Amino acid sequence: MSKLRIAVHKFASCDGCQLQFLNLEQELLTLAERVDIAYFVEASSDLGEGPYDVSFVEGSVSTPEEIKRIRQVRQQSRQVIAIGACATGGGIQALRNWGQHDAFLKAVYASPEYIDSLEHSTPFSDHIRLDAELWGCPPDPGQLKRMLADLMAGVTPFVPGESVCLECKRKGNVCVLVAKGEPCLGPVTRTGCGALCPYQERDCYGCFGPQAGGNTTALGRRFLGLGLSPEAIKHRYRFIYNWAPAFREASQEWESKEITYTPLPSKREGEWP
Amino acid sequence: MSTRRIEVPVLTRVEGEGALYARIEKKQVTDLRLRIFEPPRFFEKFLQGRSWKEVPDIVARICGICPVAYQMSATHAIESAFKATITPEIRALRRLYYCGEWMESHSLHIHLLAAPDFLGYPSAMAMAKDHPDEVKRGMRLQGLGNRILKIFGGRPVNPVGVRVGGFYRAPSRQEARELLELLQSALPNAEALVRWTASLKLPEVSRPAPFVSLRHPEEYPMNEGRLVSSQGLDIGAAEFEHHMVEYQVPHSTALHAHLHGQPYWVGPLARLNNNLDRLPPETATLLHETGIGWPSTNPYHSIIARALEVHLALLEAIHLLKHYRRPQQAYVAIEPRAGIGMAATEAPRGILWHRYELDAQGFVRQARIVPPTSQNQAQMEADMRASILESLDFDDEALRLRLESGIRNYDPCISCSTHFLRLEIERK
Repeated sequence: MSKLRIAVHKFASCDGCQLQFLNLEQELLTLAERVDIAYFVEASSDLGEGPYDVSFVEGSVSTPEEIKRIRQVRQQSRQVIAIGACATGGGIQALRNWGQHDAFLKAVYASPEYIDSLEHSTPFSDHIRLDAELWGCPPDPGQLKRMLADLMAGVTPFVPGESVCLECKRKGNVCVLVAKGEPCLGPVTRTGCGALCPYQERDCYGCFGPQAGGNTTALGRRFLGLGLSPEAIKHRYRFIYNWAPAFREASQEWESKEITYTPLPSKREGEWP
Repeated sequence: MSTRRIEVPVLTRVEGEGALYARIEKKQVTDLRLRIFEPPRFFEKFLQGRSWKEVPDIVARICGICPVAYQMSATHAIESAFKATITPEIRALRRLYYCGEWMESHSLHIHLLAAPDFLGYPSAMAMAKDHPDEVKRGMRLQGLGNRILKIFGGRPVNPVGVRVGGFYRAPSRQEARELLELLQSALPNAEALVRWTASLKLPEVSRPAPFVSLRHPEEYPMNEGRLVSSQGLDIGAAEFEHHMVEYQVPHSTALHAHLHGQPYWVGPLARLNNNLDRLPPETATLLHETGIGWPSTNPYHSIIARALEVHLALLEAIHLLKHYRRPQQAYVAIEPRAGIGMAATEAPRGILWHRYELDAQGFVRQARIVPPTSQNQAQMEADMRASILESLDFDDEALRLRLESGIRNYDPCISCSTHFLRLEIERK
């Protein structure tokens, strides 16, 4: 069987997701033996033209040129896989979607006419059909390798969508929400990171995006009970995955002045009867 | 051949998106533009209205390759605004954390981005077929840097362990012990790395320009120090914007910067040149063995400077871990107050300066970030002009390669160089 011909394309991003390939360290050399890395600007000056079997795309669509380019990538690729929070949710730069883009540009650029930028930063799924999405800011190397293995085996890549809490419990971390009263987003956040934040003795801030079916209202009410203001709760949801529908709506819900929720009681360690 | 156009439509093996365009007429460079077309991401705007607690998690996202530098400059600046004092134990942990980033970023740059130029390969993967031991050695050192970052923050890209006042969690004794053993076993690797980079056939050029770096009374600078230049500048971080002036050019989404009206140079070579007397003795011995007259004005020596800093960071990390005692709490309590704070730290690729204006509750009113690539851009263009004049006899392909490799010396981190351009933002 011939080797898969792989491309890595960058759009508006911090480069962190493609860096996950370079951070495979020695396994990168193994990967380079098993697949043909045909196009990867950050890693090689040898840029092979399409068609590609698989294109990994990182970053969000944030300029008119990027809309054209992602359509070209789609045409040239048998499979297109979005990697990372920008690619799957618009990224942290989607925070601009909540403001007045024109005013941003005019207020702060000495010469805004030099700048070519769209009003919104959006995920690839708004523009093209995707074959798979790997979530996270950045995606987890273990998940990335699993996806590469699935692709090489010719099976549909599997990405789990459950809450990170399950993984956190299996790891035996102390729950920072229940035991320490920290506003942890774990219950509504997608698994994949390895439950890093509770291990670092802090609250999850949702950098893997919304899990399927989390109750953002109930968790917000719990945060109210911990003493957070509705404004602070809005900011919790309006962060790395602010443009993903579940977190976008949750942030709007907590921004709304009409809704007044009752706090869910907060019970910290030692307070249980 | 009176007019030649040299175009590099996409710069490869750099972080972010950029291109180079040059026009040569009658043996003169009539136009030269290092174009940075990385889309703007408006980070300084996103920081407005956010709590001080969120800042380290936000700024880490500016750059995937050097999140530690962003977190360190930001926390120092905010602590300065709050007039908070950290403990010597936290200070040592921060230095250890920074050592991890230098090892990771420098090793990655040397092997995956820069070295293939000097050995004639398009990529490290291609180079590894003929030089497997050297590439694997580099990846091992990169991996050890990543391991330090994982202990502090769970992952090397966008680590989650930093807070204003310190860290959420300090490494356990066992983590520190295991890390110490691994680092000690890698010392011969770092020594071999320096010798290998010094053995590479590098072009002999000279680009005299002011070297700007931090300088500390006792240490090789990472987190702290005064801003100094090889031409006599000596200022505190708060005076940065009175001396370094940023300006917009039409061909780039990133700013250029001048020091007193002239291009200047930040990064590992500038840092090394300004701090030769702050090297640990073992690193100083290796530096003398290179046979190069330091300070050096040859930008191609940056790869050797990086290797020397990998060695230095490894020694530092070993030293810090040998004296490590786990603190009860890895952070000091923070009391927000209204104020302005500024700080510069040494990102792997040079000075990274942050300024924050905060209100009494600790919400960010304004932020300004000046990354190393913006500061180096004017110097990079000056260097490319000089390179062209020296290499007029080269054919187009050879000239293009020379210019590309010249830009890669600066390790431009293009993703983080795009940001809000003007500082006089009034929002009332």
